[in-house]
Amino acid sequence: MFRFSKPALAQVAFLAAALAAASPARALDDFGLGRAATPDELKAWDIDVRPDFAGLPKGSGSVSDGETIWEGKCAACHGTFGESNKVFMPLIGGVTKDDVKTGHVASLMRPDFPGRTTFMKVATVSTIFDYIRRAMPWNAPKSLSNDQVYAVLAYLLNLSEIVPDDFVLNEETIKDVQKMMPNRNGMTYDHAMWPSTAFSGKPEKPDTQAKACMKNCKDKVEVASTLPDYALPSHGNIADQNRLVGQVRGQTTGPSAAEAAGKKHPVAELAEASGCLACHAVDTKLVGPSYADVAQKYKGQDVAAKLAKKIREGGEGVWGDVAMPPMADIKDDDIKKLVAWILEGAPSK
Amino acid sequence: MRRGSDIDQEALAKAANPARIRKAPENFLGAGEIAAISGGRRDFLRGAFAAAAALGASAAMAQEAKDAPKGDEMILKPQPWATTLGQPVAATPYGLPSKYEGGLIRRQSPGLTQVAGASVSFMPLQGMFGIITPSGLHFERHHQGWYDIDPNKHRFMINGSGPEFLKKQKVYTLDDLMRLPPVSRMHFIECGANTGMEWGNVAVPTVQYTHGMISCSEYTGVPLRTLLEDCGVDWKKAKFVLAEGGDGSAMTRTIPIELVASGEVIVAYGMNGEMLRPENGYPLRLVVPGVQGVSWVKWLRRIEVGDKPWATKDEAVHYIDLMPNGQHRQYTSIHEAKSVITSPSGGQTLLDKGFYNVTGLAWSGRGKIKRVDVSFDGGMNWVEATLQTPVLSKCLTRFNVAWNWDGKQAILQSRATDETGYVQPGYRMLREVRGSRSIYHNNAIQSWKVVESGDVGNVQVL
Repeated sequence: MFRFSKPALAQVAFLAAALAAASPARALDDFGLGRAATPDELKAWDIDVRPDFAGLPKGSGSVSDGETIWEGKCAACHGTFGESNKVFMPLIGGVTKDDVKTGHVASLMRPDFPGRTTFMKVATVSTIFDYIRRAMPWNAPKSLSNDQVYAVLAYLLNLSEIVPDDFVLNEETIKDVQKMMPNRNGMTYDHAMWPSTAFSGKPEKPDTQAKACMKNCKDKVEVASTLPDYALPSHGNIADQNRLVGQVRGQTTGPSAAEAAGKKHPVAELAEASGCLACHAVDTKLVGPSYADVAQKYKGQDVAAKLAKKIREGGEGVWGDVAMPPMADIKDDDIKKLVAWILEGAPSK
Repeated sequence: MRRGSDIDQEALAKAANPARIRKAPENFLGAGEIAAISGGRRDFLRGAFAAAAALGASAAMAQEAKDAPKGDEMILKPQPWATTLGQPVAATPYGLPSKYEGGLIRRQSPGLTQVAGASVSFMPLQGMFGIITPSGLHFERHHQGWYDIDPNKHRFMINGSGPEFLKKQKVYTLDDLMRLPPVSRMHFIECGANTGMEWGNVAVPTVQYTHGMISCSEYTGVPLRTLLEDCGVDWKKAKFVLAEGGDGSAMTRTIPIELVASGEVIVAYGMNGEMLRPENGYPLRLVVPGVQGVSWVKWLRRIEVGDKPWATKDEAVHYIDLMPNGQHRQYTSIHEAKSVITSPSGGQTLLDKGFYNVTGLAWSGRGKIKRVDVSFDGGMNWVEATLQTPVLSKCLTRFNVAWNWDGKQAILQSRATDETGYVQPGYRMLREVRGSRSIYHNNAIQSWKVVESGDVGNVQVL
């Protein structure tokens, strides 16, 4: 940083004033970069909805409309009743009529309660509307109309027993729904982990106050938990995950990566490299059908050309309405290999 | 210094390093050798060396052996890399790590998620030095997959929740943003769910999986404050901003205006001297120092200025911390002081008794790390570790401490204190307040148990 004596500063000020008078230069913080956003651009991108429903678009959808959309576009991942945990965490379950009255989901207080569904947690109905509109369906985000978003949300609210079967959700009735959200009183801002005082008006104190003791700090050292031996191989061969030199080596907890790769079916690797396994698994239905199911369905049929076309061009309707996107980048030869391998039952070795 | 002719058998054995349990560099170990090591026979290679020498002791061979130069073959025998021509410049125009470093890569934790498009990959902390994460090893968390977006097609918008917050609502291109005065700063980024699998009990074997949702980089970009001022922000009316991503998930998070006004929050395009990697939000991401990674919105397309928080999906369904009374803490964002020993750590094996540099990382979302203490007896007694410079605010800090392992059981722990005086808590203290179901923000003291064989394992100590 420069330091000026007072006379020097005065001189600089004089010079600057003289220069400014001579040529009207832009201030250096007037960048003149960027441009005004147009109203249509703002409309296209400004889609957020706040808990007070600022930003909520007009529209409406019924429970039964929602059910139809759900079965076509949502159930493949979330289950018919939003209960599935196969691909994502369950949406529905764990909520009672009593919670709708109290506004705090009772099962959250039970440490033995298995898992937490979206409707057990969420306090604000705007959150679900906003999220479905911006990010769902998972493989085709932002493809639902506003009415469809209302309908899908109405169906979810009905599954959670918050609204009746004949309910129609719109920009007005959603405000009544907020008053019935089962966990609407379930959130607290009472903590020190928000980086401002906006909620409480004062700095919060951290919830633990540990001391840096240095000598004889406790009566005994109690080992409360250890990784069981059977869990060691769960993350592969740790020797392969460490450096070959240095002060330590990784423990051998399974076959080496080189051995494992040698045994893997080459087309299984091709399927992985081609991105197929993002939506398909060998024996479990994910977003798309399992390869075992595909092999079973077409057993003994001459469908290689048909399936190759489906991989290349995409398709929908055979395994539900979740569309398979076209795979433009996979070579013809590789598609042939993939099809043969899938029809063979997708062997791993 | 002793010369070759003076070397006795014992010194030769040391030079060949036979006490080490792996033959470098091939890393080959047969089943019998593995069994020998796991049986605790740490000196087995020394024994094997002596036996081989004894077997070969026929008279002629003995004479031959006597005349042969003595010492390490790696020194005595000319090696190909010293006697032949190496590769030319630009053989790999974008350089890659040595082929011997292939084990240190980001990895998924099996069973944690069902689809790789909405998942996590963990950074290999167990083999890293210093504080900067190589960009190719930066941990990943995507909600709807990642894209490599054409930077000329990316747009960045700033708008207001109402007309009172900004004089101008604007759109910037990357050309615009990269002409503005930049800053470069080093910060850590940690997922709020880092160490989340370990709240109730030990769940995963190595530090890559317990703590690997963290990385540290030098970021370059424009302070968001500069951009809001360019839009004529009303600092009195603005209370919060919403950051939104341009990917399929259109990730959104609320950020308090105080952080923006401080100049800390950066609209970043650079990372470690080059552009952001696609997996990390190329060409634009938000940098929110000290705050959990979910707020560092990738493929950043929009900032909205308003006066109320948004309760978006990732602050109303996820990234909320369940307390024992059934209430969820909402808008938990800051990472409180935390540390972990990265070597030796879970899943590793010490080579032999003797000297080790126990090393690890410490960080705090509230500022600089002030000190780190290390215990070798499960937290009964502690020594102060040396902090390696630089020690920067809201950045990883590397610590080291010398240790002579006597071959007996030990439990290694580290404990960070930050400049606010906050001391990293143990599991007992943390669970007394938060229970064990809150998933996020687990900053408890990590313990690694060393047993007589040299194996290090993940344990939890109360």
